[in-house]
Amino acid sequence: MQPFHYSRPVSLAETIVSGTQKHSRNAEATATFLAGGTTLIDLMKLDVMRPSHVVDLNSSAREFSAIRFDGSTLRLGAFAKMATVADHPDVISHFPVIAQSLSLAASAQLRNMATLGGNLLQRTRCAYFRDPSWAACNKRSPGSGCAAIGGVNRQHAVLGTSKHCIATYHGDFAQALMALDAAIMLIGPDGARSMPFASLHLQPGNTPHLETSLRPGEIITEILVPDGPWTRRSRYVKVRDRQSYEFAVASVAVALALEGSMVTDVRIALGGLATTPWRAVDAEDLLRGRRLNEASATEAARTAFAGAVAQAHNAFKISVGQSAIVRALLETAAMEAHRG
Amino acid sequence: MTDTRDICTSPSTPRRRFLIGSALTGAAPLIARSEPVAAAEPADTSDLRKPTSVDIHVNGRPFHLELDTRLTLLDALREEIGLTGAKKGCDHGQCGACTVLIDGRRELSCLTLAVSAQGRDVVTIEGLDGGGGDLHPMKQAFIDHDAFQCGYCTPGQILSAVSCVREGHAGSPEEIREYMSGNICRCAAYPNIVAAISQASEQMGE
Ligand SMILES: Cc1cc2nc3c(=O)[nH]c(=O)nc-3n(C[C@H](O)[C@H](O)[C@H](O)COP(=O)(O)OP(=O)(O)OC[C@H]3O[C@@H](n4cnc5c(N)ncnc54)[C@H](O)[C@@H]3O)c2cc1C
Ligand code: SF4
Ligand code: FES
Ligand code: FES
Repeated sequence: MQPFHYSRPVSLAETIVSGTQKHSRNAEATATFLAGGTTLIDLMKLDVMRPSHVVDLNSSAREFSAIRFDGSTLRLGAFAKMATVADHPDVISHFPVIAQSLSLAASAQLRNMATLGGNLLQRTRCAYFRDPSWAACNKRSPGSGCAAIGGVNRQHAVLGTSKHCIATYHGDFAQALMALDAAIMLIGPDGARSMPFASLHLQPGNTPHLETSLRPGEIITEILVPDGPWTRRSRYVKVRDRQSYEFAVASVAVALALEGSMVTDVRIALGGLATTPWRAVDAEDLLRGRRLNEASATEAARTAFAGAVAQAHNAFKISVGQSAIVRALLETAAMEAHRG
Repeated sequence: MTDTRDICTSPSTPRRRFLIGSALTGAAPLIARSEPVAAAEPADTSDLRKPTSVDIHVNGRPFHLELDTRLTLLDALREEIGLTGAKKGCDHGQCGACTVLIDGRRELSCLTLAVSAQGRDVVTIEGLDGGGGDLHPMKQAFIDHDAFQCGYCTPGQILSAVSCVREGHAGSPEEIREYMSGNICRCAAYPNIVAAISQASEQMGE
């Protein structure tokens, strides 16, 4: 681990100043924020992240850890712990897909440490990215190539890839937010703003090192999830190599509004399969206004992978992903959806 | 935890301060506390080789340490304080051997910077028993059920198990298995671990 300066400002104003400071001897190196540390410290130990200045947000941002539901919007503080949100009664009963996406992620210890904001910004688990002894990784060192293309790529993405990077976005919670059209609140040197959660992550294209649309020094403070006729009938299905404490091979967040078996609205997001949090818009369009049954679900699942590009070792993800979509849709349709 | 422990920051320009000022005004509804920015006015010259002071409570005792910022809580416990109960398995959050209780919750000491544990209460396996000389019911249950072989994962298993019960996630063997999945046992003592937790969960009465 490279040596770093550490500070723990007590006020948000001070945090924002520290967060935008460039360290004098290295114009490139701005400060990096520390929340739960479960991504950052891991990657600092691996020398993949090499911040010269770590700004610990845990004193100044504590106020952004509340969980509130007023009947129309769920507001989640970005510094709430994954475990706290997963166990929150309002989240469990009104937004089951959120509770499930969190409780099926990582381990109990990690969920006690990790924050929602940090979770959304977790980095890929691509083994070449995580190991700097591989020279070629466009995400770690732009322009160096991609060791995973033509390498071992069983865990890599089949959707949203480019010829420069095929790294999977592994987060679970993000898929629930995609499905529910969440927004995020930010604060930074230029003030406060909000954006749709769907605009946070960037596809790799030819700049895989640019992962988000956050501006330098910006902090995610809150996540806003609108209530809707689909939020209670929602579910997260996660397919893994082992039953627990494992990233998804494929996962599906589904939110459904039904009249009888007729789909009035449906939202589908896919995890473990794409380079960013991923909404399966075409599959949704195909189902709206139709009866939900195994045949229509299967057709939708195929549509979701129409643009998929497989590598040498990950073609199986397409069929696993399709089965996961069918299962998620049928299980969600079978849920008792409580009103109000 | 009220002090600003600023080891290095460069002077902020008046222009930046102005920007922050307006940023905060714009964001006023979001912010409960918005002190003026002037506080962050540290020196640029600090030396990375200089240790940082940290105060941590471990098993009820205060420790004042002078540490490299890179040190994890796990290494601080083992190398600086001399409590070797917390084990280093993977050092990357993947095994649970380093589990300790921080402010009463199970967390991984290998992914916690010691400097960020400033002011927090840490309980390791050495400090789990109350006074009186009796073993904690979870420790006793692990002995009763032979819930280990080599014992390397055991301190982490026991602290994680205590938390699992306190969190209310030890209701059934299935629930115990799911909520204990963050603790890997290479000797695969899992069936006995689940039995031990079921027993202790009744005795802990929580
Ligand atoms: C063994 C293991 C298994 C895991 N399994 C899963 C899994 O199954 N599913 C899953 O979804 N995740 C999994 N994770 C990832 C884990 O959930 C993330 O590491 C965690 O959520 C990150 O949150 P944090 O608060 O610890 O972030 P940190 O490590 O503190 O921060 C991560 C990044 O986000 C930035 N950051 C943090 N908060 C903010 C903010 N509010 N505003 C702006 N920037 C911010 C930091 O600067 C840093 O770059 C696993 C991790 C490990 C180690
Ligand atoms: S897939 Fe992306 S992260 Fe992995 S080696 Fe290629 S460029 Fe790097
Ligand atoms: S040593 Fe911390 S989780 Fe393995
Ligand atoms: S008892 Fe040997 S690793 Fe668990």
